[in-house]
Amino acid sequence: MTSIPLFHLLILSSLLFAIGFIGVVARKNTLFMLMSLEVMLNAVGVAFIGAGSVWQQADGQVMFILILTLAAAEVAVGLALLIRMQKKYRSLDIDVLNQMKG
Amino acid sequence: MLANFASIDSLFYLAGLIAVIASLKVVTGNNTVHALLYLVVSLLAVAVCFYLMGAPFAAGLEVIVYAGAILVLFVFAVLMFGLGEDETANAPQNKTVANMFGAMLLAFALLIEIVIIINNGDMQQNLQANVIDSKAVGIMLYGPYLLAVEIASFLLLAGLLAGYHYAKPDVTRGPL
Repeated sequence: MTSIPLFHLLILSSLLFAIGFIGVVARKNTLFMLMSLEVMLNAVGVAFIGAGSVWQQADGQVMFILILTLAAAEVAVGLALLIRMQKKYRSLDIDVLNQMKG
Repeated sequence: MLANFASIDSLFYLAGLIAVIASLKVVTGNNTVHALLYLVVSLLAVAVCFYLMGAPFAAGLEVIVYAGAILVLFVFAVLMFGLGEDETANAPQNKTVANMFGAMLLAFALLIEIVIIINNGDMQQNLQANVIDSKAVGIMLYGPYLLAVEIASFLLLAGLLAGYHYAKPDVTRGPL
């Protein structure tokens, strides 16, 4: 097991998660919201790898690989939607999407 | 002589600090490209943390997939947005190299950390002792987690189709 205590790993992980969460909630630009989502997914990865290395199990890294695939798919769909949004509204501000249609 | 003071713990805290600072700069930035630069630094710092935790395979994946592939996707999207007119308006106007200095400094600190780790034999032995190698991860992936791997492949297929569908030109189809 590593010499780093689990408590400190979890502090780092939750700190990164909080930063990303504040970014998602506070920013208006959708591109920055996507980047903050990446930071949040990364923080969860830190928690999984840290727990896996403290308990000497490979499960943590398996979950990290699954998170990696999730992040790749999420970014692909999110950026494609952002390209549609930029074409349609000429803006990336989330407030232009405040009305539903139909 | 710097290497004598360094331990795995202190290098881990330094990398974590760099990750937190870079993430803060990502969230608070005004300029899209600079925020992406700091995001790369944040991902690399987290990769160094993974390496120090005894997960070199995950660290390699983090650098290759996150910092290599996903960030390139971001950069391509930013290029297609034409740098975002609404973003450059409130960004600082001096277009000098000084804007990238912070990111370069943090990345340089990470490089020094890696050099210290590689040069220190005791630290290498400590890291080797508690490493979880990729063989164990592979056995888990194709043993108990086989269903999760299949679901992940479906997820990637869905991402591929959605990316193609949303980003294709508008002429051949009606409203969204």
